[in-house]
Amino acid sequence: MSWMAWTWPTALFFIAIGTALLILTVLELRQPTIARRGLLPLVTTRGDRFFISLLSAGFIHVLWLGTMDSAVVWGTLLSLIVAIILMRWG
Amino acid sequence: MLPLLTNKRWLKVTAFKPHNNRAWLGVLPVFLIVGFSAVIPLMTVVNYSVQDILDFNSRFFVGFQWYRDTLNDARFVDAFIRQIGFSATVLAVEIPLGIAVAKGISKTSRMTPIVLVLLALPLLIPWNVVGTIWLMFARPDIGLLGVLINAAGFSYNYTADPLHAWLTLVAMDVWHWTSLVALLSFAGLTSIPAPYYQAAELDGARAWQVFRYVELPRLRGVLVIAVLLRLMDSFMIYTEPFVLTGGGPGNSTTFLTQYLATMAVGQFDLGPAAAFSVLYFLFILLFCWLFYTMVMRNDER
Repeated sequence: MSWMAWTWPTALFFIAIGTALLILTVLELRQPTIARRGLLPLVTTRGDRFFISLLSAGFIHVLWLGTMDSAVVWGTLLSLIVAIILMRWG
Repeated sequence: MLPLLTNKRWLKVTAFKPHNNRAWLGVLPVFLIVGFSAVIPLMTVVNYSVQDILDFNSRFFVGFQWYRDTLNDARFVDAFIRQIGFSATVLAVEIPLGIAVAKGISKTSRMTPIVLVLLALPLLIPWNVVGTIWLMFARPDIGLLGVLINAAGFSYNYTADPLHAWLTLVAMDVWHWTSLVALLSFAGLTSIPAPYYQAAELDGARAWQVFRYVELPRLRGVLVIAVLLRLMDSFMIYTEPFVLTGGGPGNSTTFLTQYLATMAVGQFDLGPAAAFSVLYFLFILLFCWLFYTMVMRNDER
């Protein structure tokens, strides 16, 4: 754990992203994605929506940390909800 | 040739299995190299950004503290706005100018290769040398440009006036990088088949119509590359402003990179600098994605 200055939170963060990518790969092999248009004003595949979810999660956290004084957990929760909405209906 | 064409089995295979995804395995080494050289270092930066690192043995987990500090740091916000202003200005000048220069190069002349090489020259000069050239060139007391401007009756001193410093920086970047846009556009222009022009001529298209409806659409691909390259490069510009103005006068030309370098290398604040870098990375990612998506979306219409 001391190599590369790992901490458990960052390790979990990257494990989560890695797992998500793995799941997406397996899903893609089993059931190839179909590009479609949902809430977002553009045609997206499953991977696109995942990327957009990650990026919005990043910026929700940036906004939260920049403007709010309350705990960032709520921002994390908000970005999870956004991610679910984007993945399902985006 | 003939046996191949009449080989029924070959036809069958290609008809029902147009894609063989096994070729993707060939990309695996690239994944490993990118992982080693880009992904893992990036992960290290994220690791640093949540810790207060004092020395090799003492480091403390501080969560999002550095992010909160950075985002509420007025100097960071100012440097960010300056950076966006600089990138926008540079793009607004270099892209049209580059296209104009490319249009001006003859496609068939014997001089064309010489012109292209001359155009490529500024691209070969190292960044810090460009900075030094302009440091001398623009000096109001001994520099060719500076003395000329002052002799023409304008008071010009880039070391004292923020506006002059800005103009000099933009001029330097335009001097250094317009050729890149011009060369890319020229490559795009030469790839347009002659029948396109003949058809436009038959339809009685005027020069600007040819440009708007024949050339510009065919240039889209190279222009996307040009804008992306220039956007990322100008958003990460460090050496030239560092040499030319050092961020001054005052803080008027301190861009994000400059501030980041002061933090990471000057003060050795690894944690805050790492948080800064992650934020920087997020914004670059957003800009590139937005731009790429907008262009590709227009493509599908």
